[in-house]
Amino acid sequence: MRSLDNPLILREIIMDHYQNPRNHGIVDEEGYKKVNMNSETCIDNIDVEVKMNNDIIEDIRFDGEACAISTASTSIMTELVKGKSVEEAKAIHQQYMNMIFEKDYDEDLLEEAIAFKNTHKQANRIKCATIGWNALEELISSKEGE
Amino acid sequence: MDIEKIRNDFPMLKTKMQGHDLIYLDNGATTLKPKAVADAIYEYLTCYSGNAHRGDYDLSHTVDTAFENAREDVRRFINAKRVEEIVFTAGATDSLNMVAYGYGLTHLHEGDEIILNVAEHASNTLPWFDVAKKTGAKIVYAPLTDGCVTLEGIKSVTTDKTKIISVAIVSNVMGYVAPVKEIIKFAHEHDIIVVCDGAQSVPHHITDVIADDIDFLAFSGHKMCGPTGIGVLYGKYHLLDETSPTRYGGGSNARYKSNLEVDMKKPPYKFESGTPNIEGAIGLGAAIRYLEGIGMKDIMEREAKLRAYAIEKLKALDNITIYNENGTGAIAFNINNVFAQDGASLFNANGVAVRAGEHCAKLLDEYLGVRTTLRASFYFYNTEEEIDAFVEVCKKGDDFLDAFFG
Repeated sequence: MRSLDNPLILREIIMDHYQNPRNHGIVDEEGYKKVNMNSETCIDNIDVEVKMNNDIIEDIRFDGEACAISTASTSIMTELVKGKSVEEAKAIHQQYMNMIFEKDYDEDLLEEAIAFKNTHKQANRIKCATIGWNALEELISSKEGE
Repeated sequence: MDIEKIRNDFPMLKTKMQGHDLIYLDNGATTLKPKAVADAIYEYLTCYSGNAHRGDYDLSHTVDTAFENAREDVRRFINAKRVEEIVFTAGATDSLNMVAYGYGLTHLHEGDEIILNVAEHASNTLPWFDVAKKTGAKIVYAPLTDGCVTLEGIKSVTTDKTKIISVAIVSNVMGYVAPVKEIIKFAHEHDIIVVCDGAQSVPHHITDVIADDIDFLAFSGHKMCGPTGIGVLYGKYHLLDETSPTRYGGGSNARYKSNLEVDMKKPPYKFESGTPNIEGAIGLGAAIRYLEGIGMKDIMEREAKLRAYAIEKLKALDNITIYNENGTGAIAFNINNVFAQDGASLFNANGVAVRAGEHCAKLLDEYLGVRTTLRASFYFYNTEEEIDAFVEVCKKGDDFLDAFFG
């Protein structure tokens, strides 16, 4: 079995990011743009913020009260897109959504995020696994509009 | 009570979830339906489908009779004095909005006070917020004692400005029974109207609006084996008479003229503009007769037994925090160190339906010190064996991610 298919490893990735989330903690500094994501159907409530340097995501951080799935998926997302250009981040976002919604996707671009490839089996967790990614989309697409 | 026979009445209890026999412990959200209710609705839709209150032909007369018989079923079930005191609504939320806007908005003045408490459901909070904003009235929160509304708590915030107390008879998260009879007696001595949210009490307890002297009572059909989209507003006749309709249209008025003169019908019809939810009312009537067939006293006793059994089993575990050990309704709990949503997912993977969240009581975290909980809520058709299976899942708390990898 490839390690990518080993549920024990995927599980460890999620637990690691849940217990030690990366880029965690919102800084209220100038230059950051923040969105709050919460919804009635999912009880997660998280903030995600980005600091752009021209076209590059110089910093991205998050915080909030959330389940393991949304915390870990958001943590991994921040690692994946930090330092990337908006275009690169959009491509990664697209591949992640493809994976979540059972379309073809590029494993290489997603790295640890493939831990969420089985999300569709528990349809009620799709919201958890995408909440941070949706925040990213909102932040970088609104960035473009400015 | 013949549980096996009862369980056979519920087709949903033969279904599966995630490959397991469904264990349905989210009865606070909605209950499953007995075949008798589905049959009654099916019969209306296939054997005597027509509009109500248009009685120019036999078919319509049959519909009228069934619709008004359902109103009588409701009257008998809550022991109202007059059938005219039963208004069909879309549900408890609709009923509470009708009281807030139809009675509150027309009777409250600037500086008047409405007493609520932080355990109330959004449906019994947000309409009052809006009415308070519109009238200049003030919302006052009665303090809770161990999570429960008490007469002393109500007394402590009552002033000569208090006009309305709105309170859930049973809290949807905490499951505690408010001493409504005592609260109402006290309120009436001070000319205060009491609105009761019966959404979580009417399905499970014996309701007697005369004995408790209830002014307004709101409840939903779907939480008591009936269909969704139908509910009831009970009001004392003279209060309904003073309440303005919040919707206007056909069926509610006797006559009107171009100079804006409208002569409204008497309660309950003035509140029931438009074609009513006929199959909903008929389904609710069938649900009530089904519950009466089992007996509300037996239902209460069985649910108390199930709850006590579940509490005892949960207390034996060292990884569970229970927030409302005493009480009659839902059990609010968490698996320690597992976020409620992750917990609910674990239950889902094992075929157990429990709810995670704030349960629409978003002020309650200020009391509990925890924002989200799991909620297991029982009905008479649940069994000790189902609770055993539920408790087994609780033990797997540490493996909550297994659910994700199925």
